[in-house]
Amino acid sequence: ADIISTVEFNYSGDLLATGDKGGRVVIFQREQENKSRPHSRGEYNVYSTFQSHEPEFDYLKSLEIEEKINKIRWLPQQNAAHFLLSTNDKTIKLWKISERDKRAEGYNLKDEDGRLRDPFRITALRVPILKPMDLMVEASPRRIFANAHTYHINSISVNSDHETYLSADDLRINLWHLEITDRSFNIVDIKPANMEELTEVITAAEFHPHHCNVFVYSSSKGTIRLCDMRSSALCDRHSKFFEEPEDPSSRSFFSEIISSISDVKFSHSGRYMMTRDYLSVKVWDLNMENRPVETYQVHEYLRSKLCSLYENDCIFDKFECCWNGSDSAIMTGSYNNFFRMFDRNTRRDITLEASRESSKPRAILKPRKVCTGGKRKKDEISVDSLDFNKKILHTAWHPLENIIAVAATNNLYIFQDKVN
Amino acid sequence: QDSQEKETVAPERAEEAKLKAKYPNLGQKPGGSDFLMKRLQKGQKYFDSGDYNMAKAKMKNKQLPSAGPDKNLVTGDHIPTPQDLPQRKSSLVASKLAG
Repeated sequence: ADIISTVEFNYSGDLLATGDKGGRVVIFQREQENKSRPHSRGEYNVYSTFQSHEPEFDYLKSLEIEEKINKIRWLPQQNAAHFLLSTNDKTIKLWKISERDKRAEGYNLKDEDGRLRDPFRITALRVPILKPMDLMVEASPRRIFANAHTYHINSISVNSDHETYLSADDLRINLWHLEITDRSFNIVDIKPANMEELTEVITAAEFHPHHCNVFVYSSSKGTIRLCDMRSSALCDRHSKFFEEPEDPSSRSFFSEIISSISDVKFSHSGRYMMTRDYLSVKVWDLNMENRPVETYQVHEYLRSKLCSLYENDCIFDKFECCWNGSDSAIMTGSYNNFFRMFDRNTRRDITLEASRESSKPRAILKPRKVCTGGKRKKDEISVDSLDFNKKILHTAWHPLENIIAVAATNNLYIFQDKVN
Repeated sequence: QDSQEKETVAPERAEEAKLKAKYPNLGQKPGGSDFLMKRLQKGQKYFDSGDYNMAKAKMKNKQLPSAGPDKNLVTGDHIPTPQDLPQRKSSLVASKLAG
């Protein structure tokens, strides 16, 4: 199995899509609750697997284009079929996933096995009838949105109008119509005329969940810009600018690197947004630009390890974050296969581990604790024993229930609330 | 509040001092252009399409040799493919740890 690079529930939570480094998409479907098997309370099983992207080579620029799926975003369901957008560094694809459970039998011109019938032997005309067949799930690419990004795509976001979506790379954001593949509008362009003057890049972008004219994008300098597409065609000038003031005396070599925002997510309510930087998660009120309303420390103990984290490149790891359905809790990953959850109301937080040793089916997860100094208690793990190769970068929360999906390198874990 | 800030400042500054001690030539503007340029150029592989096409033409009548055991042989009789090439570290942008 390949390294999982993105995880996303659909709008109902019945489907869970994962993308991996090999360009494959695997979709899991939640089983209907079965009264005769009460313990298999909505388990997720593989529904469809397909190859979304293939590796490519841009001969003109000597650039290898990875097939790794950077993001998957579902479209709201409008008919029996499911649609999702998947993207690698350069190309976005719209996939249709549909079920086929009937097959027509009794064709006139061909046999059941497909061979053509001898026309002279056809003496009567019959009407083919539909017969049930074993469920087949088919994925087909319906649109391919290519050649619009010079730099590497980091985000895609479906608009609340269900007709358009945005794609963002390091320096530009484009607006697409889902039906039109040969044209896209550039709505943000931060490329300087002289590349020597480049000081920041776009790290993530997302449409507002309700206002189809509003989107935000985050930067490598720890800032978020909110843009309104009604104000101008090119949204280079932001409507709102979110930045937490920095204490100049605390500035160090690492300050800018660890302030780089790796993910930005609107709350379901649309009133807040959450950003993830290297050491913390911040919740911002859209009405207040000068500082976040809540800050949660994910792994503050890493601040005294920044030197080695810089040397082994871990300081550049891009963690994602997510809200639960009611916006009362947030979740993000860390190292050693740990992930963290914060309850915004009670201010309680918990650290859990996604690993085979600590997760037996149906067993309750034990909270973990990192020992930051002094004597290490039993069951605690010291900072130096953390495995920095085991990173949980991608997590997802079911839109309605307390079911979470956690990607630990090449394994997917699905956890749910204890059933009483 | 104040003392807590001083506590969080100290570890970062101590880490910075450690890094500077190891790599004294580290640039003044670390989060600036160097990092970003390197990030923008991810995936660069230098592939000589001339070599590739010449070898392909020469081999037209012969059996096409694949990568073979010696992966370093990327020109000449052996037809190089993008997969054979190691990821070339960009020389245009200095390694972040060099001067």
